[in-house]
Amino acid sequence: MFGFGILSGVTFLPLVGVAFLLTQKGDDEASLRNIRWATLATTLATFALSLVIWSGFDTTSAAFQFVEEKNWLGSGLVYKMGVDGFSMPFVLLTTFLMPFAILASWDSIQKRVKEYMIAFLVLETLMIGVFCALDLVLFYLFFEGGLIPMFLIIGIWGGKRRVYASFKFFLYTLVGSLLMLVAILAMYGKAGTTDITVLLHTDFPKEMQTWLWLAFFASFAVKMPMWPVHTWLPDAHVEAPTAGSVILAAILLKMGGYGFIRFSLPMFPDASTNFAPLIYALSVIAIVYTSLVALVQEDIKKLIAYSSVAHMGFVTMGLFTLNAQGMQGAIFQMISHGLVSGALFLCVGVIYDRMHTREIAAYGGLVNRMPIYAFVFMLFTMANVGLPGTTGFIGEFLSLTGAFQANSWVALIATSGVIFSAAYALYLYRRVIFGVLDKASLKNITDLTPREIAIFTPLVLLTIYYGVQPQAILNATQASVDNLIQTHTALIDAVKLAAAGQ
Amino acid sequence: MPFFVQLAHHFLPETILAVGVMALILIGAFRGERGFGLVDEMAVGILGLALVAIALSSTPDTSIFDGAYIDDGFSRFMKALTLIGAIVSILLSVDWLQRNGLEKFEYPVLIILSTLGMMLLISADNLIALYLGLELMSLALYVMAAFAREDGRSSEAGLKYFVLGALSSGMMLYGASLLYGFAGTVSFAEIAAAVSTSPPIGVIFGLVFVLAALAFKMSAAPFHMWTPDVYQGAPTPVTAFFASAAKMAAVAITVRIVITAFPGVKDQWRQIIIFIAIASMLLGSFAAIGQENIKRLMAYSSIGHMGFALIGLAAGDEAGVRGVAIYLTIYLIMTLGAFAAILAMRVEGRYVENISDLAGLSRTNSWMAFFLAMLMFSLAGVPPLAGFFAKYYVLLAAVDAGLFGLAVIGVLASAVAAYYYLRVVKVMYFDEPAPAFDRAPMALRAVLGVSTLALLGFWVYPTPVMDAAAAAAKSLF
Repeated sequence: MFGFGILSGVTFLPLVGVAFLLTQKGDDEASLRNIRWATLATTLATFALSLVIWSGFDTTSAAFQFVEEKNWLGSGLVYKMGVDGFSMPFVLLTTFLMPFAILASWDSIQKRVKEYMIAFLVLETLMIGVFCALDLVLFYLFFEGGLIPMFLIIGIWGGKRRVYASFKFFLYTLVGSLLMLVAILAMYGKAGTTDITVLLHTDFPKEMQTWLWLAFFASFAVKMPMWPVHTWLPDAHVEAPTAGSVILAAILLKMGGYGFIRFSLPMFPDASTNFAPLIYALSVIAIVYTSLVALVQEDIKKLIAYSSVAHMGFVTMGLFTLNAQGMQGAIFQMISHGLVSGALFLCVGVIYDRMHTREIAAYGGLVNRMPIYAFVFMLFTMANVGLPGTTGFIGEFLSLTGAFQANSWVALIATSGVIFSAAYALYLYRRVIFGVLDKASLKNITDLTPREIAIFTPLVLLTIYYGVQPQAILNATQASVDNLIQTHTALIDAVKLAAAGQ
Repeated sequence: MPFFVQLAHHFLPETILAVGVMALILIGAFRGERGFGLVDEMAVGILGLALVAIALSSTPDTSIFDGAYIDDGFSRFMKALTLIGAIVSILLSVDWLQRNGLEKFEYPVLIILSTLGMMLLISADNLIALYLGLELMSLALYVMAAFAREDGRSSEAGLKYFVLGALSSGMMLYGASLLYGFAGTVSFAEIAAAVSTSPPIGVIFGLVFVLAALAFKMSAAPFHMWTPDVYQGAPTPVTAFFASAAKMAAVAITVRIVITAFPGVKDQWRQIIIFIAIASMLLGSFAAIGQENIKRLMAYSSIGHMGFALIGLAAGDEAGVRGVAIYLTIYLIMTLGAFAAILAMRVEGRYVENISDLAGLSRTNSWMAFFLAMLMFSLAGVPPLAGFFAKYYVLLAAVDAGLFGLAVIGVLASAVAAYYYLRVVKVMYFDEPAPAFDRAPMALRAVLGVSTLALLGFWVYPTPVMDAAAAAAKSLF
């Protein structure tokens, strides 16, 4: 349509929903119902469209597919979209999780429903755009643009300290991204284009690579988030409404990892090799330190937030091993974490909607009144720990395997993180679910409603399915990972050869 | 070229304004206090006519009046911006003036007079024309700052602006005389020919004084001290005019003089511009954090934005000037939109100007809150709003010219600045509602809506602005 392809379609489809929502006026129950259903329908349609893309996606190729290109702005900027094995899974993850985010907000959001839904739909457009953009400036537009709706979501519909959390989220991310912007401009000056497909084959001088890598690192490390710039995440998670936490944990964090795969590793191979020890060190600290911090949390959401930081440590570690297992494991871990942490935040949302507190101490013995909930929560806790048979295991196992090949000390320390994660997750589970139900406020708590069961069923099934059948995801990323590693090895060898020849 | 041909072909907008303003004075003098409505509408018509004359003119770049003025692509672009600023300022002012009992015909007359000065300034091609334009602009502006003569703060603002403005005029004259003394000419082109790569120290001294005076006019640090007080004290529509049209002219002449008169000493003036840019950005970012008054906030914000625009000039090449032109266009739109919102802040017939008065606006007036929020995000430079592209193109030029340090300081300053823009959004969206505003007049709502939509839609179709700015920059080189 108008020369635009299906990727533009899936990216901007949510905005069609926004246009419809803008026509809705009134605060009565009927129009609120309209707004909710229209939003859900939009996200479902977007998901359906992304499945169409997926069905036409050739997993054997490392090339960009469904590429569309248009001149835009003059002066070398282009509107270019496309997906490959790295971005396709994230597009699907985004479109898949959005309906759950909307469903999770069904009853819990009662004020300013229209604005809330609009913010989420705009956010969806921007998130899909991040993963589809094949032009650096376009990528940056989507990447930064996402700050606005998320800032409003945390700030308007968040908890008590929402203002602090939203500012911290916005400013942390903004500082990192702005440094990346300068790097993007420098790359444009060097290569004369911001087309990612061209930049992937541009050799940047070694000195320049170092600076560019650091600038991109500033952005992605904050987004990821890596220790020590992770402190915005617990605040943002705790204060955000349930759906905001889900999207934040499941998708926004993945943009950092995606950025490393898309830009840092292939475009700056020398710098990536040189800085790998730094990444290892930060990852290991993140895994051990934030796991220990998670142990002492009093707030359920904060605990899960810290566990997210630890899990992202596995991702960064796996990515920079630059071998097939490590990278595959890291990507798998991101998808798995998207499902599992999203589901865990939904679990917290369930009891928060009933009790309006996230204090661990306020709960206990829930299994007596909420058996289905206890089962669901246990499954995702186990997946978070990395129990074999769930997705969490595949990701952690592969990235640790990769790390062993690259640096066994790193792997050794990182493995301890698995044990810590079991400690804090089981400790949390015991305090919330088991024990005697002796708190008066919990006596009348009800189990999952049909709507909540409908939310959790697909997530439970997928977590187990991909835990047993990881090939479905691994195949999708295989070709792109192999291609990246080959190119990278060839480049590094060429540099070594040149150094030897001098 | 005969004199009248020059007038008709290359001086038509200025001629329209000059003749028009005399006619308006006569009408005002005959009709007295009742003349305001008519004079006001005619003023908009005259400025619009001048804008049309610029839009339709397609003559090649020509120097007229024995090299005193130049009619080129750059001047046409900047004049168009200035005229748009002036027209919208008048539209914004009507309601405010009427409510404050200030509907005097002198107001539109002064706006046209100072706009005429700005246009002369933009087109100035020698030092004498520059000074002429500068003074015509400034004298009208001094009077406008004190226009609310019953109001102590307004009088104070006018006096402060006048005293410090006179000081800067003195510096300008001193610098110009040094330049004339050492270069032996007042014409920009001949100065460029006379000043080689190793200029006499007197030329550098003169250049420093001239740039200091111009920095004063565009309120760039460290010559910004008057800005917060004058912006706060002056009547709000006058502040809108200061922040929009007056800045356009001051930046335009700064660009013209360093690019056309001092290409040989680029390394010297670049240091000065870089210093001014960094000082303005940092001051604009940090000093605005503690402000409670939204006009003061906008004053510091404008200082920071001038610093950002100067990044493009520091690059000193065609891409840099194009960046400045794009920046000023987008800055103009943002400023006019923001002041439309500020003028709409009226509770029970009383104008308010504290940020806290905006509390909970998203619930009492959701569209105004949305528009103002988008303006704030755009001022902060968050994509995909137009404010991002403004920053993008000046930074692009700076990075291309190898000014990485400047670019990095710039983006960090803009991250700090994002804090206080976000604070306005926070007050509107996160806080409990304050008393609702009165219904704003049509003109304000229209300006606010149109400017915000322009900022939101810029990324969809930026080509007209991009092309015009590129053509403008080309004519300087």
